[in-house]
Amino acid sequence: MNQYQEIVRQGLWKNNPGLVQLLGLCPLLGVTNSLTNALGLGLATMLVLLSTNTVVSLVRNYVPNEIRIPVFVMVIASVVTVIELLMHAFLFNLYQALGIFIPLMVTNCIVIGRAEAYASKNAVLPAAFDGLMMGTGFALVLCALGAIREVIGSGTLFAGADLLLGDWAKVLTIHLYQADHQFLLAILPPGAFLVMGFLIAGKNAVDARAAAKAKPVEQKISRARVTHVSS
Amino acid sequence: MSFKIASSPHQHSQKTTAQLMKLVALAAVPGIAVQAYFFGYGVLIQLVLAIITALSCEAAVLALRSKKIKVKLLDHSALVTALLLAVAIPSYAPWWLVVIGTAFAIVVVKQLYGGLGNNLFNPAMAAYVLLLVSFPLPMTSWLPAAPVQNLAVGPLDAVCTIFTDFSCTGYSVSQLRQDADGVSMATPLDTLKTDLSQGYTAAESLKKPVFGWLSGEGWFWVNLAYLLGGLFLLQQKVIQWRIPVAVLGSLFSCSLLAWLISPDTNASPLFQLFSGATMLAAFFIATDPVSASTTEKGRLIFGVLIGVLVFLIRSYGGYPDAFAFAVMLANMTVPLIDYYTQPRTYGHKNKGAR
Repeated sequence: MNQYQEIVRQGLWKNNPGLVQLLGLCPLLGVTNSLTNALGLGLATMLVLLSTNTVVSLVRNYVPNEIRIPVFVMVIASVVTVIELLMHAFLFNLYQALGIFIPLMVTNCIVIGRAEAYASKNAVLPAAFDGLMMGTGFALVLCALGAIREVIGSGTLFAGADLLLGDWAKVLTIHLYQADHQFLLAILPPGAFLVMGFLIAGKNAVDARAAAKAKPVEQKISRARVTHVSS
Repeated sequence: MSFKIASSPHQHSQKTTAQLMKLVALAAVPGIAVQAYFFGYGVLIQLVLAIITALSCEAAVLALRSKKIKVKLLDHSALVTALLLAVAIPSYAPWWLVVIGTAFAIVVVKQLYGGLGNNLFNPAMAAYVLLLVSFPLPMTSWLPAAPVQNLAVGPLDAVCTIFTDFSCTGYSVSQLRQDADGVSMATPLDTLKTDLSQGYTAAESLKKPVFGWLSGEGWFWVNLAYLLGGLFLLQQKVIQWRIPVAVLGSLFSCSLLAWLISPDTNASPLFQLFSGATMLAAFFIATDPVSASTTEKGRLIFGVLIGVLVFLIRSYGGYPDAFAFAVMLANMTVPLIDYYTQPRTYGHKNKGAR
């Protein structure tokens, strides 16, 4: 398996930032009450990760080890500011919907984590690719959470997609069912924790099944019991 | 010859879980009967729905976890959870409410934490909170007690209302709740809270028809019936006196203090004791052997905490009644309480004693 395949596997599944590293839980749980919000923040985070990993990797040989963290933070803060201003200019409604979570990307542990753990030790191309894949993995988890919570909570899918993608995207909104009473919990924060728990459990179950399948059949040693077991 | 070495306690009553749970269910019967009399036969339908859901969910999860289904089902713990939830939700709530709640209680709150004995939270109360937070409107749509109801509601209406949202004569739940002037009648605790927030005094509010002798019309008798059931449980030694006494005592003393200071803006202590879910919660819910504290001193602390929280939320919180929230908050503190109230082991000295 070459390096890039490994990066894809790590970012999307094995070391997924949302499901395995459990980093960036604050935006993960905070904005995923609809698929649109989740996708918006997911794309933004992906863009931030891609850019910061590239820049950090570029400057990695010029930054003294002692002050690398402040330098990384400055890089990340500048990139996030740029993205925030871009969203403010071109996606104003989404900008308002996401609110504080856009500037909060500066403090997102995934971004600084990847800068420190990968980008500062690897060449530009793998570092950028790692940023892209980690960002994609995070965005996928966000979208899964957002979709599940939106379907359960409001009975729609992709409501408000036009905020993100422009007016044509109104056709993307699917009304699955119209309930008299919304299942509010799914939209409220506790619902995010519950759905997230089920997602992680689901991933672990898939992993466990795969591990059980891959395990070679061990030779069974049978022993005769010599001691009496009292009930 | 082999000697069995068993850990303490060495002497215990020989009752099994199933017997204890059956006694709890039996003790709730008078309360349920009075509730059915005052608040309609809907409660019986809710009970049936809840029990069916609980047993099937429990069986399904046990099958998934490859456990012995029959043994575990027959310990009746799912039955008691279903019972407590069914009597806690409004009698005429739509059928899916109790089904969602019971399924959540059994699958998520109980079985995902490891089944009976391992759940951190009281399943029935966690489910109640889920429903209350998710569906506030149907969860607070209690009909007024039968004597003050404007429209007569028959046994068949309960079936119609629960399954179709409308009574057989075509009234919706919110219409059934209205008095002759077309104003919705809320539960006594809700009415009192609203009135106090609008500047009425407690005495003025208590003149409304939803209030009866000592507390709400009908609610007093429901609470009295659950009190009797609770005393039966005490007499049978299914529960110990500490939690109920601590809950009722602290609720009583808090409300007595508030009432003495400002009788116009606070309900009387006896009103608090015989309103809402007080007796049901003190004897049947807070005493859950799994999620409550297990030490003697801890149970007193646990009960006092619940009583104080209930008083605080009832008086200053956003909800008229508070037992579900109070019990869940107190459940969270149980590991800490148990840690600090470990009793002295026989043969050992107290910490700090020389």
